[in-house]
Amino acid sequence: MITALANPQRFLAFSRWAAPLFGAAAAMLLAAGLWLAFAAPPDYQQGDTVRILFVHVPAAELSLFAYVCLAGASFFGLVFRHALADAAARAAAPLGAGFTALALITGSFWGKPMWGAWWVWDPRLTSELILLLFYLGYMALQAAIEDEAKADRACAILALAGAVNVPIVHFSVTWWNSLHQGESVFTSKGPLIAGVYLWPWGLMTFGYIFLFASLWLVRTRAEIWRRRARSLALKAAG
Amino acid sequence: MSAWVLLRRELALAWGRGGGPLLACAFYAGMTTLLPLASGPSPARLAVVAAGSAWAALALSSLLPLERLFERDFEDGALDLLVLGALPLELVCAVKCFAQWLATGAPLAILAPVVSSALGAPLSLAPLTFVCALIGGLGFAFTGGLGASLALGSRRGGLLVAVIVLPLFAPPVIFGGGAVAALAGGLGWTSGLMFLAAYSLAAVALAPFAMAAACRNALS
Repeated sequence: MITALANPQRFLAFSRWAAPLFGAAAAMLLAAGLWLAFAAPPDYQQGDTVRILFVHVPAAELSLFAYVCLAGASFFGLVFRHALADAAARAAAPLGAGFTALALITGSFWGKPMWGAWWVWDPRLTSELILLLFYLGYMALQAAIEDEAKADRACAILALAGAVNVPIVHFSVTWWNSLHQGESVFTSKGPLIAGVYLWPWGLMTFGYIFLFASLWLVRTRAEIWRRRARSLALKAAG
Repeated sequence: MSAWVLLRRELALAWGRGGGPLLACAFYAGMTTLLPLASGPSPARLAVVAAGSAWAALALSSLLPLERLFERDFEDGALDLLVLGALPLELVCAVKCFAQWLATGAPLAILAPVVSSALGAPLSLAPLTFVCALIGGLGFAFTGGLGASLALGSRRGGLLVAVIVLPLFAPPVIFGGGAVAALAGGLGWTSGLMFLAAYSLAAVALAPFAMAAACRNALS
């Protein structure tokens, strides 16, 4: 499917219906998730502040997922010379940075009542902040190189080099002594979280995924048009 | 041109004409002096952060020579000759980073235990600080070279290299600092050192391929 979508015309035709469809699915899933999130009973320890979980955790998951998509698009662009991979990678970076920032900020709002601090230099938090710096470095490199083809390739190499951070963020709670919650859903014993929390979390996660997919398709479309407009402008200038 | 000749060239360029190991060491010393100036000279307070600050300042001092690592050859056309030469570009990049380690990383590693002790860390930490700085410096040189090659031809220079490279410096800083802190606390320090060595060796093995791809991209 990925190679089939390498044709820009086919991709534009596909995303024309796919992006609004994913957006609608995201809206429904987020609405259902938020409904269940507010309907769920308060936690015995955390009270009502546990509801930040349903915004914070999916955002953090998406920050990693977006980086994996970014690295995947970079890989396809670098190795297979996929025509649209560079546009897709460029489009994904600000989305990933946005989800990372959202995760850090909502986590900070949760940390103040729970841990008594807006920020701690915990392995999970620190590695997530480093992930944000990776995104920002990627966007800085992209902006700093004038030739777009060169910028695409350089950024692709950087994205692949930074992929080493993704397992570090994910496993930081297992490898180091962390204040942050450990792995609670995909454990060997099954989900350790209560059903009334598991369902809204799952719905919000899928809602975020569809939201990311929809926004990514829209941004890639915009990136394709921007490149076309740029080459037309260059041609007109002679 | 053989790899040995290239190494001698890089070392001559790094150490000649007002360069030399003392330049990076002077910067390292100057930067470490800022810590007691900023946070007060109380020995008890400084001693707690001594080893860690020495390590962080080492990472930042390793950033300085990175900008000129490839940029100098890129500007005057020597990089074109190196790309076309008999040596594989991956080996050229590896030799450059290795020379960087010898020229600045190793002198900084020798200074690191001195700086750390000057800030108040116990002398028993000095040998491990030296070993960690030496091994970590290798990782800094190779990952730094990756950032330097990616930023070739951009207008932003040193600051861009630093922004790209600092997140990649985080793992060696974590492991190296963690090893020294573990020794200070009487815990097991070998695992931190092993992870640091693993990161540096992985950088030595993998970064030259990425650097060569980035150099070819910049020259195309």
